[in-house]
Amino acid sequence: MIRTTPFHARLSALNTQGLYTHWQGHLSALRYSHAPKHEYFAVRNGVGVFDTSPLFKYRIQGPDAERFLAGVLARDIRTCRPGQAHYTLWCDERGFVMEDGVVLRHSATEFLLTAARPTLGWFADLVGRLQVEIEDVSDGYGILAVQGPRSRATLAALMPEADALGYFDHAPAKIGSAPVTLSRTGYTGDLGFEVTVEAEHALEILDAVLDAGRDHGIRPFGEEALMMLRIEAGLPLIDVEWHNSRLAFTDHDRVTPKELGMGWMLRGVRDGDRAFVGRDAIRRELVDQTSRWTSVGIVVDWADWDQLHRAAGLLPEKSERPLGYESVLHDRPTTAGGSQVGYVTSFFYSPVLQRHVGLARVRPEHAAPGSEVHLEIALNHTNTTVLARTAKLPLFNPARKTSRS
Amino acid sequence: MSSTGTGPYDAIVVGGGHNGLVNAAYLAKAGLRTLVLEQRHLVGGAAITEEVVPGFSFTTFSYALSLLRPEIIHELDLVRHGFLPLMMPSSFHPTGDGDYLLLGDDHGQNIQEIRRHSRHDADAYDRYHHDLDLVCQAIQPLFDNAPPDVFGKDPEDQADVKWLLDHLGSVDRKVMHDVVRLLTGSASDWIEDYFEHPAVQGFHASSSIIGSKVGPMSPGSALVLLFHKMGEHDGHLGSWAFHKGGNGGFTQVLARAAEAYGAEIRLGARVDTVLTRDGRTVGVALDDGTELRASVVVSALDPRRTFLDLLDPRELPSDLVDNVERMRFRGVSAKVNFALDGLPVFPALPGTVDHYGGFLNIGPTIEYVERAFDAAKYGWYSERPFIDAAIQSVVDPDMAPPGKHVMSCFVQYAPYQLRESDWESERERFGDKAQAVLESHFPGFGELVLHREVVTPVDIERTTGLTEGNIFAGEFLAPQMYFFRPSPGWSQYRTPVDGYYQCGSGTHPGGCVIGSPGKLASQRILRDLRGS
Repeated sequence: MIRTTPFHARLSALNTQGLYTHWQGHLSALRYSHAPKHEYFAVRNGVGVFDTSPLFKYRIQGPDAERFLAGVLARDIRTCRPGQAHYTLWCDERGFVMEDGVVLRHSATEFLLTAARPTLGWFADLVGRLQVEIEDVSDGYGILAVQGPRSRATLAALMPEADALGYFDHAPAKIGSAPVTLSRTGYTGDLGFEVTVEAEHALEILDAVLDAGRDHGIRPFGEEALMMLRIEAGLPLIDVEWHNSRLAFTDHDRVTPKELGMGWMLRGVRDGDRAFVGRDAIRRELVDQTSRWTSVGIVVDWADWDQLHRAAGLLPEKSERPLGYESVLHDRPTTAGGSQVGYVTSFFYSPVLQRHVGLARVRPEHAAPGSEVHLEIALNHTNTTVLARTAKLPLFNPARKTSRS
Repeated sequence: MSSTGTGPYDAIVVGGGHNGLVNAAYLAKAGLRTLVLEQRHLVGGAAITEEVVPGFSFTTFSYALSLLRPEIIHELDLVRHGFLPLMMPSSFHPTGDGDYLLLGDDHGQNIQEIRRHSRHDADAYDRYHHDLDLVCQAIQPLFDNAPPDVFGKDPEDQADVKWLLDHLGSVDRKVMHDVVRLLTGSASDWIEDYFEHPAVQGFHASSSIIGSKVGPMSPGSALVLLFHKMGEHDGHLGSWAFHKGGNGGFTQVLARAAEAYGAEIRLGARVDTVLTRDGRTVGVALDDGTELRASVVVSALDPRRTFLDLLDPRELPSDLVDNVERMRFRGVSAKVNFALDGLPVFPALPGTVDHYGGFLNIGPTIEYVERAFDAAKYGWYSERPFIDAAIQSVVDPDMAPPGKHVMSCFVQYAPYQLRESDWESERERFGDKAQAVLESHFPGFGELVLHREVVTPVDIERTTGLTEGNIFAGEFLAPQMYFFRPSPGWSQYRTPVDGYYQCGSGTHPGGCVIGSPGKLASQRILRDLRGS
């Protein structure tokens, strides 16, 4: 049986399309209106809400909770103070990424981890003699992402905490009489918040948020708009940008944190003494510089794209719908004997950047921003290559994302 | 490119409208020390945003990015300076009987929406747009390049003519026939070939009369329709967008880009005369007597002002003077802009907002629009005007205070010249006519109105300098297009005065916020400088 989220009763009434996908066994709207671009622009320009409740949620608590997480997660949880949140990864013992998630630290001894895939068994196996309890509380909470430049004004009308909350901070708050956790987190690369609420209060806080956002043009947005937003934001997605290393068949399908573009998470790993799963392999990779790939953005040369299409008798296509498959990057055009130097995992036409852009992995020697690569595309059923250049991630990074006010 | 003279400026652009800014940006990018002179206190010309009432941003004149060429966005690096087009994925067309046609981003839903009105028209919708796409594809190279000088005799001109003939020779014969039907025929003939339902016809006819003294049944209206289909946003032909902050937001982006390339913009500087010596331009004189020297002067003004105001017509060939005097500039468009206390309510769509995500088209049938045109033929405004409206604050919440809205209404027909009255006397009565039409489709509309601004063709002329308030700086009539725009022999951005160029909408390809005249003129200027 397909499940529904705590917000479903209200959000489904706002969905004029009846288009859903299945996200970890839950109905998840692809879009709410005929035009996912409406929803995309609401987030880049006003405010949108996204139901992110299907994420798995684990409460991890006990006197050894910090010690436990410090030994499991690649990013040092000891640097996360109560009231802060960490985006983090966990790896297998070979230093390959399994999954990612966000940890909210509530106190010295209590954490809440959200994850895209179930992970209780793996975590529980690693507890050993530590005094820590891990509880799957996934069904007990709804999470409402409220994202966009007007998200702060919308939420501040309900909770004064929204006004002062720093990037990746969180705070307990109340919407009406319903207790919530308000965090300055999200998956859009814009100013944004997430509201975690007990399932029984989900509808009342959703109503309050929609009401507070009405004068700001608030709209629910679906997965199609989310994909556009997260690619611009340079945020990788499991089973698109990488696969859980424990479920992959070959090392080609595995990436290390550094290869995934998360080298910044590994502060202290090279020289520190924190033991965690995969540490030795990751340390060797850092010391010996053996990373096979560098994650980069790519930006297609617009003139080459237009010229190739027009010469082929086609209108230059500019689709905001991400490609559903990977594409290959070469060092030179294939007609000039190019050989592969990378691959593109996500690709679409960004309305904000007015360019075809993508998330890609290239050999480290091709990673310097502005390096020329040649992207394989099919025109009139024939493969050819179009010029592109590597770019720093995130591709779109407005100051408001992290600014205080 | 190195500088061409000893003064502080290599090039002076007269007029800071969008084409003047585009031209200046390209010239500055090429290394010319470029000065833009704008008579008003802000750049933008007819593409401005003004806070008429505190908190409410009005797009006083032009209100959408219709046809801006994508290469200009990239070549001038506009995204870095804040270029942000907000796509308008829907078109809303009340059918006059309480029903509506609402088209959006979902093709299958659009087909069903058409089919709701006419089963016959459902598949015609696809054919109609595909046939138009093929025509656009065929003439796009003509649109994006300077017209050949078919009267020129030198090898370069003859090579251009050969290019044109070769290109036309490669066009499929049905497509070529469609091109001619569109360039010469009426929109109603073209549209009725595909659609039978009056509302579906009316919807498709709306772009055939914009800014032009034609009705949809007049020969020539199909040309206006085609021109508006040449627009291209995000890979979709004929799609339109709002710029963040309105069209004034866009021209501010252009100004930043031009300045980043080194151009200087001087506001409040009205050019009185283009100075010439021995058939060459040597600079300009401002109305305060200041003289500024440059060996290149570019007019972004319309052809009347470019040739007859800034120059002494006695210095020009008489056929050019005759032709510019003969050129048609009959403005028929007005704006009625509203500050609203809330969203209007369309009774058949209560409580929803999606139909306000794009244009609202009030011209239910071809006959309705043609009747609106009738009055204009005899020097009067429409009793029930055609309205092309947009509630921009739905897409861009920063344009109005929370919960409030701004509504831009482009209203036709409002002829520049009224018979036995004048626009000062008729302004508010005309505003009332437009408002009454809105009231009939959106009952209770009047109660939402916090402020109303009526912009007549006379206002357009007075503020922007566009002759007779013609928004295209010269009507879209076949004898005023391509190598006849603005005048035979002078379609390549040059003038009879050496060093004096034209880059406004009165040159090829023409009006709308398109940027091509400014860009193509810069190419001509830079080539001439390299050759000299």
